[in-house]
Amino acid sequence: MNVPTTPRHAITQAAADIRPGATPRDLRCEGAWLLRSAAQTEARIEACLRAFKQPVEGELLIDAQAVTALDTSGAWLLHRMRRALETGKCTVRFTGLRPEFEALLRLIATRTAQPAVAPLPAPGVLARFGSNAWEGLLSALGLLSFLGASATALMRALVQPRRIRWRSILYNLQTAGAAALPITGLLSFLLGIVIAYQGAEQLRRVGANIYIADLVGLSMVRELSPLITAIIVAGRSGSAYAAQIGTMKVTEEVDALRTIGIGPLDLLVLPKMIALVIALPLLTLYTDIMGVLGGMVMARAQLDVGFTTFIDRLDDAVSLTSFLIGIGKAPVFAVIIALVGCYQGFQVNGSAESVGHQTTRSVVQSIFLVILADALFSIAFSWLKL
Amino acid sequence: MNTAASHAETPDDVIEIRDLNTRFGAAVVHRDVSLSVRRGEIFALVGGSGCGKSTMLREIIMLQAPVSGSIRVFGQEVVGLSDEQALPLRRRWGMMFERGALFSSLTVTENVVMVLREHTRLDAALANEIAALKIALTGLPPDAGSKYPSELSGGMRKRAALARALALDPELLFLDEPTAGLDPLSAAGIDELVRQLRDALGITIMMVTHDLDLLWRAADRVAVLGEERILGNGTMQELAQSEHPVIREYFYGPRGRGAREQAWNRK
Repeated sequence: MNVPTTPRHAITQAAADIRPGATPRDLRCEGAWLLRSAAQTEARIEACLRAFKQPVEGELLIDAQAVTALDTSGAWLLHRMRRALETGKCTVRFTGLRPEFEALLRLIATRTAQPAVAPLPAPGVLARFGSNAWEGLLSALGLLSFLGASATALMRALVQPRRIRWRSILYNLQTAGAAALPITGLLSFLLGIVIAYQGAEQLRRVGANIYIADLVGLSMVRELSPLITAIIVAGRSGSAYAAQIGTMKVTEEVDALRTIGIGPLDLLVLPKMIALVIALPLLTLYTDIMGVLGGMVMARAQLDVGFTTFIDRLDDAVSLTSFLIGIGKAPVFAVIIALVGCYQGFQVNGSAESVGHQTTRSVVQSIFLVILADALFSIAFSWLKL
Repeated sequence: MNTAASHAETPDDVIEIRDLNTRFGAAVVHRDVSLSVRRGEIFALVGGSGCGKSTMLREIIMLQAPVSGSIRVFGQEVVGLSDEQALPLRRRWGMMFERGALFSSLTVTENVVMVLREHTRLDAALANEIAALKIALTGLPPDAGSKYPSELSGGMRKRAALARALALDPELLFLDEPTAGLDPLSAAGIDELVRQLRDALGITIMMVTHDLDLLWRAADRVAVLGEERILGNGTMQELAQSEHPVIREYFYGPRGRGAREQAWNRK
């Protein structure tokens, strides 16, 4: 058995070199042909071959007696040089190569007999633009068909209520709803303070201090509180849905569910969606209260409008319709967030990077769609004169 | 085949483990284990599931630290080595993980090129060529290089992982279950490949395996790990004659007998 026995790291001989030999029909290789100096070796070969006048036919000898070390990269360079020289009727033969090096060279020659596949050329600007647009369209269609599939699964679950996973719904209510109370409450309280503070200056100037209740009440209850709650929940829970389902796809857990006969939609999507549709209106109600509370604190500090006066005015300022419009948007936002989060999770294709990518997309898309839906609601309500 | 004789000029042990002790909490994994791997041999570590084979491998490549004992690789103590001190050692060995551990966001070629470019100053074209060569060496078709790991079958993923482990022309190659999860044909291809690599490149190979066929076909020396220590250590022929009940069970169980008979028939 031939085993090169010199530890390669210990070799401190001359670097690899190649030069023309005594006759026009031979070349001489020497030194250590190793990976660490492969770049220099490649340059040496190129320089030598440029200067070398290649015979048209017959045998070209390469004396490799002085090659002291050879690893796969060095063997590859030798092999590549041989292929470059073997054009036309010329053949190349190595002489004096150590048997173990010969074996390595043979191994490489046999393993690389198949031509390497050239990498595809990078697509141009137009092609990229086209493929992005096409992907966008497919993604929109995919989301739509996912909505359809989820609705069908929901219908099936309603017909057979035993299929509904109550424990999972309760768990999701806990994580997406109750656990979001501190952050949504704090942020809407601060938002109420900011709005009251900005409004106070203007209202004081015209002596309309009491209208602070209208300003804070209407803007919070009708627009801002549903929106800020939906955005926070999209960032908190929508991303978690995408990451969870995406990781389950990478580890083939989703396929396992299918094999066992559990619909991934039934187990992974419906509980999340049902829980969020329940939790988001409740959270919105809570943020309504916290936002108005923030406005009240600021109104008393800046405009001398007491709590009782504020609440009396709030009663007139915010109609039941406005309140219901605010709360009524929340279930729609909830469906958007759950749908986009889960859909992007299912779009993960097996790599760790794609989990991150789809999670990012889920947050961006769900916030975008929430704001878009809010704008559409505004247009619709103004038509309806609500 | 007599491996030891052909290495008479460099008798040094590539890996030398002395009195290794490993515990996870109260559970003892290794108790005063000693063994050595010689240059240029294909050494296999076998044993039942959970006997600490992979743990030992992880301790040698410094992914885990033993409680006490000494592990010398290329004559250098690796226990307690800092990352900086370990770098020159890490460049001299390659590791193929059981499930490949390929970087999922890179193509197979990029997985290999990444290692090459991290440690050498090759230009992109040459690095790509060398990566293609390593991929071809492991028996993958040329178009596999542009694929992502998730697009490959289990066997192809193993080969791709091997290509990455071979990127720097390591002197020492660690294989964790190289044939686990492969069909018999792919597994036979791996046997062949392991031998060819050792013969052509002079690599020392240390592998952890359950595969008796691979042991009979490729391993020069085998150590059986069990009951927290080395139960037997020698060539497959020697171990097949061992009296130890665990080893006998291992080699003369229903599957062991088949592999052994096959190996005899081939000879």
